[in-house]
Amino acid sequence: MSHAEQAVGESLPTGVVAQASAPSVYAQLARDGLWTNNPALVQVLGLCPLLAISNTTVNALGLGLATLLTLVVSNTLVSAVRHWVRPEIRLPVFVLIIASVVTAIELAMNAWLHGLYVVLGIFLPLIVTNCIVIARAEGYAARNSLRHAAFDGLMMGLGFALVLLALGMLRELLGQGTIFANAHLMFGEWGRHLTLHLMPENYGFLLAILPPGAFIGLALLIALKNALDQRRA
Amino acid sequence: MNRRYIVITALLLAAFALLGVSVLALMHQFTAPVIAEQARDALNRQLAAVLPPGFDNDPASTAQDLPADPRLGGAGAVLYRANQAGKTSGWALRVVAPNGYSGAIHLLVGVSVTGEISGVRVLTHKETPGLGDPIELEKSPWILSFNGKSLLGLPPKGWAVKKDGGVFDQFTGATITPRAVVQAVHHALEYVAEHQAEWLGESK
Repeated sequence: MSHAEQAVGESLPTGVVAQASAPSVYAQLARDGLWTNNPALVQVLGLCPLLAISNTTVNALGLGLATLLTLVVSNTLVSAVRHWVRPEIRLPVFVLIIASVVTAIELAMNAWLHGLYVVLGIFLPLIVTNCIVIARAEGYAARNSLRHAAFDGLMMGLGFALVLLALGMLRELLGQGTIFANAHLMFGEWGRHLTLHLMPENYGFLLAILPPGAFIGLALLIALKNALDQRRA
Repeated sequence: MNRRYIVITALLLAAFALLGVSVLALMHQFTAPVIAEQARDALNRQLAAVLPPGFDNDPASTAQDLPADPRLGGAGAVLYRANQAGKTSGWALRVVAPNGYSGAIHLLVGVSVTGEISGVRVLTHKETPGLGDPIELEKSPWILSFNGKSLLGLPPKGWAVKKDGGVFDQFTGATITPRAVVQAVHHALEYVAEHQAEWLGESK
């Protein structure tokens, strides 16, 4: 593929003004991933793990980081092979790349973060089916340079992980009155000291921990974002 | 031309698949020993928590599948043996309480050679958080109330929650969960009592 064709093939992310110079592409990508086009709050993609694993801070952080890593690596690889992949086999190849990346991460976590691996269970391999990963591969990485694609993966992953973390902290605090309970699963034995008990010993609010709490919590976060946007507008 | 295009595309896809598989095979080769070690460590930690203290063998390596028995929750029960100075000091049974509030509760029951329970731990369960999960040691010390109990010391009637006339506490708002655990532990203990002569004979 010639250089000219390549330049045409590079499309800018939605909403980027045409004259955007290199640094502001990154700024726009960051703004999109973290706020204006946030995968969890605006695109509302990948809800299955978001709702199921946000019951504690540590679970949310673990799955958030795994998803973040998947997005960065899969976006980078998809962007790297984009000139060799013909349109007919585009999707199978992307799915293959994503599945391989997720399986590699799963093996690594099983080996070096065994406790967290056991807690996350089926939701770790299920990252393969998280729509946000294939959406970024197909929608952005397949048409943009390696560096931009990697950065997009980082920002989208961060946007997803931060919402997951916020929801996890909210639900854990409301549900069992703690933050960072079971942190030793992630950080080793010293993590036990990280747990903050912010409520009396026998405090508990079941609704926040059960699935309805996830829906209500996410709805509150989306409402909060919309309210902030409206106030600014 | 068209056919050539299809063949090349297919070969390209095959090449990607081959690449993915080789990366994963390498990764597997690299992590497999670490994963096996992690699983063995986790099992040993659990076994050390329920077996009578002072054993000097590697109980995880003595795993033996037990024949399916309804009292052990059907198939899948495993027996581990602990030795001290060449003599059996106790056993640990991996059993299932099939009648939890939301499905099976997997338990590890440790029994000393004298027939007393040396420890019980819940391995996995799906009980309601906040109501049924005090069976976990991290949530409540309830599971320790089995320690020291034996068939001789406690008549069959006592192996029940207090609501059913037994000696074990139920939880506020959850009776089914502790009832299932008590029953499974009782059954495991009975099973040990029936088979311990045979197991002692085997290990000589």
